[in-house]
Amino acid sequence: MAISVSGLRKSFGDQVVLDGLDLTVPSGTVFALLGANGAGKTTTVKILSTLLAADAGDVRVAGHDVAREPDAVRAAIGVTGQFSAVDKLLTGAENLRLMADLHGLSRRDGRRRTAELLDVFGLTDAAGKPASTYSGGMLRRLDLAMTLVGSPRVIFLDEPTTGLDPRSRRDMWQIVRDLVAGGVTILLTTQYLEEADELADRIAVLDHGRIVAEGTADELKRRIPGGHVRLRFADTQGVDTALGLLDDAARDNDALALRVPSDGSLTALKTLIDRLDERAVAVDELSVHTPDLDDVFLALTGRPAEEKVTSR
Amino acid sequence: MTAATIPRVHPLRDSVTMLRRNLKRMLRYPSMTVMLVGMPVVFLLLFVYVFGGTLGAGLGGGGGRAEYANYVTPAIILMTVMSAVQGTAISIAMDMTEGIITRFRTMHIARVSVLTGHVLGSVLQGLFAVAIVIGVALLVGFRPEAGPLGWLATTGFLAFMTFAFVWLCVALGLKSKTVETASNAPMPLILLPFLGSGFVPTESMPAGLRWFAEHQPFTPIIETLRGLLMNEPIGGHVWIATAWCAAIALGGYLWSKRLYNRQS
Repeated sequence: MAISVSGLRKSFGDQVVLDGLDLTVPSGTVFALLGANGAGKTTTVKILSTLLAADAGDVRVAGHDVAREPDAVRAAIGVTGQFSAVDKLLTGAENLRLMADLHGLSRRDGRRRTAELLDVFGLTDAAGKPASTYSGGMLRRLDLAMTLVGSPRVIFLDEPTTGLDPRSRRDMWQIVRDLVAGGVTILLTTQYLEEADELADRIAVLDHGRIVAEGTADELKRRIPGGHVRLRFADTQGVDTALGLLDDAARDNDALALRVPSDGSLTALKTLIDRLDERAVAVDELSVHTPDLDDVFLALTGRPAEEKVTSR
Repeated sequence: MTAATIPRVHPLRDSVTMLRRNLKRMLRYPSMTVMLVGMPVVFLLLFVYVFGGTLGAGLGGGGGRAEYANYVTPAIILMTVMSAVQGTAISIAMDMTEGIITRFRTMHIARVSVLTGHVLGSVLQGLFAVAIVIGVALLVGFRPEAGPLGWLATTGFLAFMTFAFVWLCVALGLKSKTVETASNAPMPLILLPFLGSGFVPTESMPAGLRWFAEHQPFTPIIETLRGLLMNEPIGGHVWIATAWCAAIALGGYLWSKRLYNRQS
């Protein structure tokens, strides 16, 4: 196990942030902690990366206890936080060489590693420019590149794509996939369900400092009711007729729409359309929904994922 | 997963690396250094040319402005150092708001090197500022009497004094929640030389103020500098000054270390 946590608790004053967290991450896998703001994701990363002391619980990272052997843990990990941890007055190359010096690489090895990482992260052209002139995506790439200078075995990525544009987000995902292919263990936190779905081998849903569900993306999806077809009608008469016709239909938030449970297969759709057709019910719009992690999140926490819990 | 032995930390190597980082930052952000040097130069010109004639006459040596230039330069040098360490507090506070400090805390490096890098950088910056101020002072009539040995002693004393106050300001910078507070916190250090023997002899002050002036740390520091630069007997001042500086250095270091380890 690259990371094992049991019974982790942390409070700030009388506010309980982590309320008995358990998780294990096997070496060479990606584990996603999914949760809204304030769920305790960042606090977890801070404790696992030795920045913060736990109130209770057993936390081991890369085979070492974070409380008793913080130095051994620090020697094995790399952290890329939500806020860019780069020196903005230095250039990209200087930032990387600073890391190389701190990791005790020789001048030659440091330069080689710097050039290598600049290349991999597409920063070679900007290498000589101060980091203050970098775009958000470039800063995040430089940040991660700096984390990699010391070749960490366990990497923590705290909301690695928050605030990035879609293209930079996809670039970041590709970088993470390449890292995993290289054998490192990654624990990432995210509030984007799509991101956890794309990257993680296992996902834990964190809510109010507790893990409310854990499993692969597919396992989590299986835990909630199947998909549905959403029908939107031109008028209330259409809604009423359809309601009489389809016994398992339920009203949607939208007054003119219904949800009909369905697996989304062609046969099921054809049956549905035929039944509506017989009575000549005019359907404005039909859409098929397979369950995604948003549904999982809603089902598990009773809230949509986008709802922002007041962050500390 | 059983890890191999943990690599050793290298405080000296890490401190030098951090010093390099800070020197680069100073070069990239020169307006800070310009401000640090500019302030004491303005005071020097003000005191020599505006007040110097009158104040010089009051010294009673009959030397007027020229005599006052010699009298006030040690105080201006001290002010330069205080101005430089004010810069330390600002740059520490600025640095602590940067994410890179958090990164350093998660790395297996000598923790104190983040601070020692700043301290070494600030001492060098302070000595650089003092050199410029002494240069300007020579242009406006400062005529030191010190021989090579005196200059060497002056440099050593200045370096030690700067080192002491830098540590104090590292703590003030860490203690400050904002950069503004960090810039204001060391203000007393700029003002205290005025309430000592820096600009006028303490004998000219009313009794209560005079007592304070003679017992606050800046007076022996100024008298030591004055004695070294003008090649005059210093007496016990040098020991009192050194003791103050040692106490400030130690206190500042311990306070800084505590503050830095507590923050996260």
